[in-house]
Amino acid sequence: MNYSTNEMMTVAASRRLGNSSVCFVGIGLPSKAANLARLTHAPDVVLIYESGPIGAKPSVLPLSIGDGELAETADTVVPTGEIFRYWLQGGRIDVGFLGAAQVDKYGNINTTVIGDYYQPKVRLPGAGGAPEIAGSAKQVLIILKQSHRTFVDKLAFITSVGFGDGGDHRKRLGLPGDGPVAIITDLCIMGPEQGTNEFVVTSLHPGVTREQVIENTGWEIRFAVNVATTEAPRAEELEALRALEARTAAAHGQTGGDE
Amino acid sequence: MAELLSLNQAVERFVSNGDTVALEGFTHLIPTAAAHEIIRQDRKDLTLVRMTPDLVYDLLIGAGCAKKLVFSWGGNPGVGSLHRLRDAVEKQWPQPLEIEEHSHADLANAYVAGASGLPFAVLRAYLGSDVPKVNPMIKFIDCPFTGETLAAVPSVRPDVTVIHAQKADRKGNVLIAGILGVQKEAALAAKRCIVTVEEIVDDLQAPMNACVLPTWALTAVCVVPGGARPSYAHGYYERDNRFYQQWDLIARNRNTFTAWVDEFIRGTEDFSAFQAKLAAQQEAK
Repeated sequence: MNYSTNEMMTVAASRRLGNSSVCFVGIGLPSKAANLARLTHAPDVVLIYESGPIGAKPSVLPLSIGDGELAETADTVVPTGEIFRYWLQGGRIDVGFLGAAQVDKYGNINTTVIGDYYQPKVRLPGAGGAPEIAGSAKQVLIILKQSHRTFVDKLAFITSVGFGDGGDHRKRLGLPGDGPVAIITDLCIMGPEQGTNEFVVTSLHPGVTREQVIENTGWEIRFAVNVATTEAPRAEELEALRALEARTAAAHGQTGGDE
Repeated sequence: MAELLSLNQAVERFVSNGDTVALEGFTHLIPTAAAHEIIRQDRKDLTLVRMTPDLVYDLLIGAGCAKKLVFSWGGNPGVGSLHRLRDAVEKQWPQPLEIEEHSHADLANAYVAGASGLPFAVLRAYLGSDVPKVNPMIKFIDCPFTGETLAAVPSVRPDVTVIHAQKADRKGNVLIAGILGVQKEAALAAKRCIVTVEEIVDDLQAPMNACVLPTWALTAVCVVPGGARPSYAHGYYERDNRFYQQWDLIARNRNTFTAWVDEFIRGTEDFSAFQAKLAAQQEAK
């Protein structure tokens, strides 16, 4: 089956979620990938949204983080304060699944501002739940489309911390979770290099060249010693993804957000 | 005991210029009608507190009611930017807007602390993040027992909180169902609390452990059917996703925005007149 680079990205990200994982889901691409995982290889994955649903099983993708269907299909709905206090800070989240406006080589995330904070070029939405998800989830997955503008050498603003300045900086800061374990893009998958915790390319999606990745990265991206080729989306993965998107479009009149 | 009032009366009596105001509701039950009424009554210099400013604060900021915004995520969910918020921050239009930004976990904890009568909240947050560098209200403290570095943020104690809920009984007890966000905490953290509801019923028929705000903890209850549109009220109506998309076009341009506010909000007597006017316009399209 033919597939788009966006479909490859979503499928690759969904494969990173295990069936027994408890996953704190951001809206947009993370929500799409997490629900695809639930509809394919990980039917028992527990999806938690910051608005309060625990164990949400939506049939269409939510447009907002608090859509009614998340509550209706959840095992329980708790207050937002409880989500952050008991379930995230309490250490019960295996995987935090985040999008980003920009990311740097140590997996730090900017969702606050481009340019100077007080004279912003572009004012972005801000932190939302991400800083504490990035801090307290046992592992973090980051999904975003790759370009010079999104993969930058130096972030104007670190909203949510990956590995800080690299090496053992995250540990020295005292953040409880292990930090980001993968950045999944429409071109490749990156992982933190042992020791430096700098993100390097570990897998190229089929047909993508190293030059393409270099061109679309704002720092001097390095490649792991052994770079794999990502398995192309399987028919059942693509069918499940397209059916999910079709149901979403029919329900909302739009696709569920790719930002 | 909460008084059963019209929304017009409640805003007139309980929202003053210069107040710190929290209109809460996390995607669900956003008190839109109350935001409109605050614009109609031309309140000024408000400090607005809300985790997700959403369309309600885009409106209040663009209409010139706000001097400061305390928030944790300022976007149009599923659509993109809040243009009035951005214009105020980037270009100081219609006036400069002071912003104080937090994360969701931080503000949620700050509401819990406010409802608990505490001066500050403590949480594990912000280590290595730049957010505390631009928000001096975020401090770090050492745990007196373990030495761990934790974040401390002042509690949120609004002069007035406004929330929307499904129903109230004739005494003014309020039932909230579905996604609760921080509504209970915001209500109990405030000096005064106004609740708009879809309907008044004889008996709430609240299940045990349901989220019920007792009348004696509230200031005013106002019946405003549809008062959370274009957000949703679980069991009553769904989120109007198309309006969130339309808002992008209305709010993108200063003139379009101001004309819309003049026609649909300042040009209508109350929220039901607004809804009738908007419905007529949508039908004509």
